[in-house]
Amino acid sequence: MAVVEYKGKTFEVDEDGFLANLDQWGPEWVEYVKDLEGIKELTEDHWKVINMLQDYYKKNGIAPMVRILSKVTGFKLKYIYELFPSGPGKGACKMAGLPKPTGCV
Amino acid sequence: MHKTPLLDQLESGPYPSFVKDLKRLAATKPQVDDLLGQLERSYKEKITHWKHGGIVGVLGYGSGIIGRYSDLPDEFPGLEHFHTMRINQPSGWYYSTQALRELCDIWDKHGSGVLNVHGATGDMVFLGTRTEELEPCFEALTAKGWDIGGSGSAMRSPSCCLGMSRCEWSMYDTMEACYQLTQEFQFDLHRPSFPYKYKLKFSGCPNDCVASVARSDMSMIGVWKDDIRIDQSAVAAYAGGELKPRGGGANVDKIDIKADVTDLCPTGCMSYDGKKLTIDNKNCNHCMHCINMMPQALRPGTDRGCTILLGSHAPILEGAQMSWVIVPFMRMEEPFDELKELTSNITEWWSEHGKNRERVGELIMRMGMRNFLEAVGLPPVPQTVRVPRANPFFFWHQSDFDAEAAGRKYYTTK
Repeated sequence: MAVVEYKGKTFEVDEDGFLANLDQWGPEWVEYVKDLEGIKELTEDHWKVINMLQDYYKKNGIAPMVRILSKVTGFKLKYIYELFPSGPGKGACKMAGLPKPTGCV
Repeated sequence: MHKTPLLDQLESGPYPSFVKDLKRLAATKPQVDDLLGQLERSYKEKITHWKHGGIVGVLGYGSGIIGRYSDLPDEFPGLEHFHTMRINQPSGWYYSTQALRELCDIWDKHGSGVLNVHGATGDMVFLGTRTEELEPCFEALTAKGWDIGGSGSAMRSPSCCLGMSRCEWSMYDTMEACYQLTQEFQFDLHRPSFPYKYKLKFSGCPNDCVASVARSDMSMIGVWKDDIRIDQSAVAAYAGGELKPRGGGANVDKIDIKADVTDLCPTGCMSYDGKKLTIDNKNCNHCMHCINMMPQALRPGTDRGCTILLGSHAPILEGAQMSWVIVPFMRMEEPFDELKELTSNITEWWSEHGKNRERVGELIMRMGMRNFLEAVGLPPVPQTVRVPRANPFFFWHQSDFDAEAAGRKYYTTK
């Protein structure tokens, strides 16, 4: 596991830059990932997605399906890609500190 | 160079050796030498040395690139990153040498130079590159008109048999249909939003040369409705041995038309009296056998379209399935609006009801054909089943009782 330092905080990450442990998550992490994921300015809508993902994960132990993310936030997938150019998995889940998506990706 | 005694044994023998090819490439690409080194290690230890998973991509897309990392990066530094890029192939895999040279130049610059021509789904596969090369490689590809293919819970790259381009049996333009639907579903291909993967394959006739019935969730297989066209003089030439069966591909030079053709007809709808071949076309199930045996004497009919089958997938989770008929006959003419609409209706219903990582075939097993057919607006027809159900556990809807009470004996679609 590599260790990232950003604004005085340290984060343990894997090769893909996903946070090793959700407990390490904080606003600095979001700041840090933002630049890597091609996001200029964080808006309220970004936070709405991040908060939804974290709430869902804490409650269910998994990331939501794309359709559920769309339904709960009210954001169409196209708009989610406008917010997070690498998409809900690589972009939003990484930023929210969720574990890396697995399976036949 | 790493020592590879086990792999070296695979350089002998008549078949083209992948070890030889990789060694030739390793002379200029250190990561390919590391690839051989790690593979040798895997041969010795009989275990893979790739780490679990990997999430990489290009901005704007959520699919098309498969991340891979070696679990021995200190020993094989060239494999620290070894991602795969899927490049959407042209319909039927026809290339000009210019196109291939462009692809090779791009991959030589941005990756390992190793290719898989092609992946099982159909994509041109670029094997092995680093994360920081993905965006520049993608940029170079799109500048030449190429795009990446599908991966993840998305529409995967559709593929097709070579169809009318060089086959006399193709019942519709498979290459055009494949291209048109690839373009139509670009959003779904690049941005995964389905419960799981969804594959389309187009075969021109029931010989099914892209194995669509086994390897695509939605299989479009060309078929005809009218009579098989018979050239009796050519039949006589086959009987006399002047024409070779199967275009010379059979193990005999001369066929016995009764033993090798009519007696093997699965529906027994053919007869041959030594002079004339007759076919009872109403009972023909379009298996292609007689046409395959005597391609110069028999031709499919001229009233053409395709049969659409749905649901095939590999064993995980509920057991392997082949696609089964949902539409016995659909016309296949540009711009394929009916097929596009049906595809959208199916993926919409599946996305609404499918569980996480549930293929569409499994969803139909779970929710039933009736729910599926009603949701996508298809009539229930006898061709969708091989045999009627053998158990009596039939579920009646209130609408069935109402229809019965109103004097309508059978269920009909609205």
